[in-house]
Amino acid sequence: MSHESTLTKLRERFGTDGFQTSEFRDNFRVIVKVEKVFETLKFLKESCGFNMLAELTAADYLYYPNARDRYGVIYGLTNTVTGERLFVKTFVNDPDPVLPSCFPIWKAADWLEREVFDMYGIVFEGHPDLRRILLPEEFTSFPLRKDYPLRGLGERHNFPAIPRAES
Amino acid sequence: MPLEQAESLDAENDVDKEYLYTLNFGPQHPATHTTLRLILTLDGEKILRAVPDIGYLHSGFEKLGEDLDFNQYITITDRMNYLSPIANEIAWHHVVEKILNIELTKRCKYIRTILAELARMLDHLLCVGAAALDLGAFTAFLYAFYQREKIYDIMETASGQRFHPSYTRVGGLAADVTDDFVAKVRDFVKNFSKAHNDLSKLLNRNRIFIDRTKDIGVLTKEDAIDLSCSGPVARASGVVRDLRKDEPYLAYPDFEFKVACAKAGDCYARYLVRMEELLQSLNIVHQAIENLPSGPVNVDMEGKAVLPDKSATYRSIEGLIQHFELIMTNRQWKPPVDELYGAQETANGELGFYIVADGSGRAYRARTRPPSYIHFAIFPYLIEGHQISDIVAVLGSLNIIAAELDR
Repeated sequence: MSHESTLTKLRERFGTDGFQTSEFRDNFRVIVKVEKVFETLKFLKESCGFNMLAELTAADYLYYPNARDRYGVIYGLTNTVTGERLFVKTFVNDPDPVLPSCFPIWKAADWLEREVFDMYGIVFEGHPDLRRILLPEEFTSFPLRKDYPLRGLGERHNFPAIPRAES
Repeated sequence: MPLEQAESLDAENDVDKEYLYTLNFGPQHPATHTTLRLILTLDGEKILRAVPDIGYLHSGFEKLGEDLDFNQYITITDRMNYLSPIANEIAWHHVVEKILNIELTKRCKYIRTILAELARMLDHLLCVGAAALDLGAFTAFLYAFYQREKIYDIMETASGQRFHPSYTRVGGLAADVTDDFVAKVRDFVKNFSKAHNDLSKLLNRNRIFIDRTKDIGVLTKEDAIDLSCSGPVARASGVVRDLRKDEPYLAYPDFEFKVACAKAGDCYARYLVRMEELLQSLNIVHQAIENLPSGPVNVDMEGKAVLPDKSATYRSIEGLIQHFELIMTNRQWKPPVDELYGAQETANGELGFYIVADGSGRAYRARTRPPSYIHFAIFPYLIEGHQISDIVAVLGSLNIIAAELDR
């Protein structure tokens, strides 16, 4: 599949130094700065036909070889007409991992962004209802961060047991 | 009769209207089948707002995926969508093999295709049967379960485990299949269409079933794309997308099959799409089992990716070395330091894995793209404006598996 036409359009819109690209096996990635991520996604949806947000996830590169940034946020876009896929990646850093929510572009981003927030503490600005989704509300850490131990910090053992009479 | 849209709610004022009633549905409720919870705001029987509350079954699968190696993690993926466990491990190893750049042998591709299609049938049979059960059609459920039992029998013949097979390995399978497996699959293919016929005769024109499912939970094509739906849910809304055709993998290019689609986007359409997919899967299984190639099931040992079989481990020095190389935690596979996304079309939709590899034998990040999670997010859009009794119809048609939803 050709990504050339998409690339040409992106270059016209954002200039040649507005983004970087990389390729591994059949995955084609566009790496953009966090300030430009919303614009890029919007442009890709409206002008390049990537109408579905198939995947939205993040990774913590704390102990990753040769990594310069802490968190990577990955958007997997799909063109449902041609079947083409494109991955948009951006990086955010501590102490303030914030990026714009893409909920205005795709409604599917709602739960996907909530999960990333829940697991990594990355804040999506403009999300209508950014709460924890899989973990309980009173949980304080972000378990998929690499500095969170596999066996947890004892949260599970310290949960108060509520008897039926008090529930 | 099409249902009208619920009047829009003004969050501050309308919910506090005295006559509105808040109902807690789940997490332990027989009609949810799994552990999920809904908080409903009702006006009489009419649902004005539904807020899903999930996470009751969250068990940190993705964190475990960062600790277990590429082969060990299939015991966890098995437990995600436990209706079609083997499809998860086939999808996981598909992505791992993509990272390690392994091309499977033809026999392995065929066997995995057969198992993946049988898994799709397992899933669709339970989904259709349980949806009918919730709507009061008990017989259909029993017919569907009888066929599921036969497929479990086939899984047991292949892997030794009925429910959680853990059968695939990097570069191949735990063991080759026997003639007994082939005979059982042939027998199943021969008898299944009769059972399918019985099932569709019970439901397709059943007045009660149609009344309960037609025009209920309508999802338009635009919404299906906007909300990232995939699989039967999207196809029932007219999104013609099937990864088996769009991004051919395993042995699918060798077989002829059709992609089942519908336009209505309601519960009945999703039911019909699943019923048709059962037949298409049967067709694929039939073609695959009759053309099952001979030859080795695992890739060559030269690639240093696949566990040698036991006789090689015990009787040759090369086999023993390779076994050690792959088992000892400081050796194992050496994937390139990069990351990729791969997906397969499983029964519920696009099951994808995003693996970040750091050059060691375990994933640095093992993200699952769970179709149930994405499909449950659309549930409030589908149910608002309907009645309480429609919840089970919509839930049944989306086929939400809580273990995959929460991981």
